[in-house]
Amino acid sequence: MKRRTFLGGAMAVAVVGHGSSALAQQPPIKIGMSMPQTGGLAGGGKASLLGIEIWRDDVNAKGGLLGRKVELVVYDDKSSASETPAIYAKLVDVDKVDLLFAPYATVPTAPIMPFVKQRGLLLMGNFSFQVNSKVGHDMWFNNAPWGPADSWAASFLDLAQKAGGKNMALLTADQEFAQNLALTARDVAKKRNIPIVFDQVYPPNTVEFSSIIRALKAAKPDIVYVASYPPDSAGILRAVNEIGIGDSVKIFGGGMVGLQFAAVMSNLGSLLNGVVNYNTWLPEKSMYFDGTKEFFDKYTKRAVEAKVDPLGYYLAPFGYAMGQMIEAAVGATKSLDQKGIAKYLRENEHKTIVGSIAFSADGERKETATLQAQFRGVKDKDIEQFRSSGRQVILFPDKLKTGELISPFEAARNLGLVAFPAQGQGGT
Amino acid sequence: MDLLLGAVVLGVLLGCFYAAVSVGLSVSFGLLDVPHVAHPAFLVLASYGVYQLNESYDIDPLLAGLAITPLFFVFGLLAYRVYYETFERRGSDAAVRGIAFFFGIAFIIEVLIILQFGVDQRSVSATYIGKSWRFGEFRIPIRQLVAFAVALALTVLLAVYLSKTFMGRAIRAVAQDEEALRLMGANPVRIKQFAFGIATAVLGIAGALLIIVAPVEPTLDRAYIGRTFCVVVMAGLGSISGTLIAAIILGVAESIVLTLFGASWAPAISFAMLLGVLAVRPQGLLGR
Repeated sequence: MKRRTFLGGAMAVAVVGHGSSALAQQPPIKIGMSMPQTGGLAGGGKASLLGIEIWRDDVNAKGGLLGRKVELVVYDDKSSASETPAIYAKLVDVDKVDLLFAPYATVPTAPIMPFVKQRGLLLMGNFSFQVNSKVGHDMWFNNAPWGPADSWAASFLDLAQKAGGKNMALLTADQEFAQNLALTARDVAKKRNIPIVFDQVYPPNTVEFSSIIRALKAAKPDIVYVASYPPDSAGILRAVNEIGIGDSVKIFGGGMVGLQFAAVMSNLGSLLNGVVNYNTWLPEKSMYFDGTKEFFDKYTKRAVEAKVDPLGYYLAPFGYAMGQMIEAAVGATKSLDQKGIAKYLRENEHKTIVGSIAFSADGERKETATLQAQFRGVKDKDIEQFRSSGRQVILFPDKLKTGELISPFEAARNLGLVAFPAQGQGGT
Repeated sequence: MDLLLGAVVLGVLLGCFYAAVSVGLSVSFGLLDVPHVAHPAFLVLASYGVYQLNESYDIDPLLAGLAITPLFFVFGLLAYRVYYETFERRGSDAAVRGIAFFFGIAFIIEVLIILQFGVDQRSVSATYIGKSWRFGEFRIPIRQLVAFAVALALTVLLAVYLSKTFMGRAIRAVAQDEEALRLMGANPVRIKQFAFGIATAVLGIAGALLIIVAPVEPTLDRAYIGRTFCVVVMAGLGSISGTLIAAIILGVAESIVLTLFGASWAPAISFAMLLGVLAVRPQGLLGR
């Protein structure tokens, strides 16, 4: 376990001038977390951490929190659930951190929930899905835009039914996050009397998806809901392109992890066209709030040095927003009392660079802000194209919507660049 | 019926690909008794080499694989020499300590790849990737046909090399009786080193096939440890033709299970078949 203490903010503090000497004399406020920096979740973890680091530098440049410098204490959890309980115990008992941020993703976060509940500690969640549903910790606040558990599947099926979809195929990875999505998709489908004509769970490390896609195609579904993990998302889309999915399919996608990351998007290129998938932030006009553009200006520069996702849409701004919420809560309560901070977070709406955030009793968003967007006019091997608006048109939620679904899926796939020219730079 | 036929055809293609990624291990582990658990890590390293050449110079992945083969041969020679000097020469528990050595090498390779390329997936571009051949309603991905043809050629070439050439026969001899070879004045260590070099060189091509079939990421080696060892043991240790047959059986079985019975059973099938084969033929399909 290698400790990484991030002191980069100290340099920014040094140039602030007048307040800097007072700032330097007081002990820093330590925020502790583990973050996947190796293993399968490392791509997301590194981008998320960079977002948090940018917030740390910004807040320190403004004079810190309560006049004290903010310092991050970060350990690599290797994307493993078995590492995080010991790391968080060390953060609290040895490093004596003042506040805790959760690691990126569901799997490393789930095992620390009983610990923080038992100790009565505030935990800012970082993109995990439904980890608090059974634990019921009242000091948990997730920065992710998921909202109510079933809203993810419901929004996709809303679009599908509007497009005339009457039955569904479900293809999911045998992994907790994907299975949670599949569970809600089955529930929503049952409530709406949508028959499930194909329901397959594939194991991690599946090398070749051609056979699975052939079987799926033979079921002739109208709606194909896929909940996959990054290595598989690419394999599935490749197989769909080669084997074909059939003319019956009105809409394809939903919960494919990986299609939010620049390297995967760039690798897949035109294979993405037509896919409707979830996302969290996109460079569309409706997604810019106070500070969003400035954040991405900084992120784009620092991502190159840090060798992380050059776009950083999926996680990085939410890492920053997590810091903004803590900044607002500590500023308002004028203390580091975790109960007071939790009360403030629960009772107020928070302005962040990803929009307004309000929490329900379970610490998840009151309303979902998870986007469903359709890839259009994507060409091969060009990361820069994803900085333009129009490449991922937002179909849901209505207040952020920037276009209508193109259906059926095969038609949407075959529409090329001519039909969807880029609509200018999104400002990042 | 169409689905079953399709599953068999795709399974044969997948099986030949499995043979290509396992055949090097059949030499290093099967013939030389080296507990080479870093074999899949070498394979992934080769894929990244191919990626680098494809990305920087737009070289076809197969040609790039061929280009890195000599480098991998030298890499294999060095790796075996280090293993021999530090473990094999020193005694009876070399195999156990050798596993630790190769695990260490695998982790080092993984970290080096992360440092150099980052943690993201990488893939290559070629005219045959992303397209398929149509036979009526049935479509076969061309990348799989390419992998099939190259894998078949690679396996046959290696089998011919080991059975027909002087050096190939020397490698088989050292596998059968190292002491007898020594008594005849040959240096078994040098022959084993050369054989390990060949086993590693083959990974240049196999790594190209790996990244042609699917994108790679630094930790992908973990997905192939079980499969490659399963193929080699099921084949009968050291049997190259057995490796091809075992890999095809495994590929077809996996494909049929994926298509007709449910994807979640697929990982179990390889080990269930391994247990089945070992119960009936403990020496493997074509082992002696």
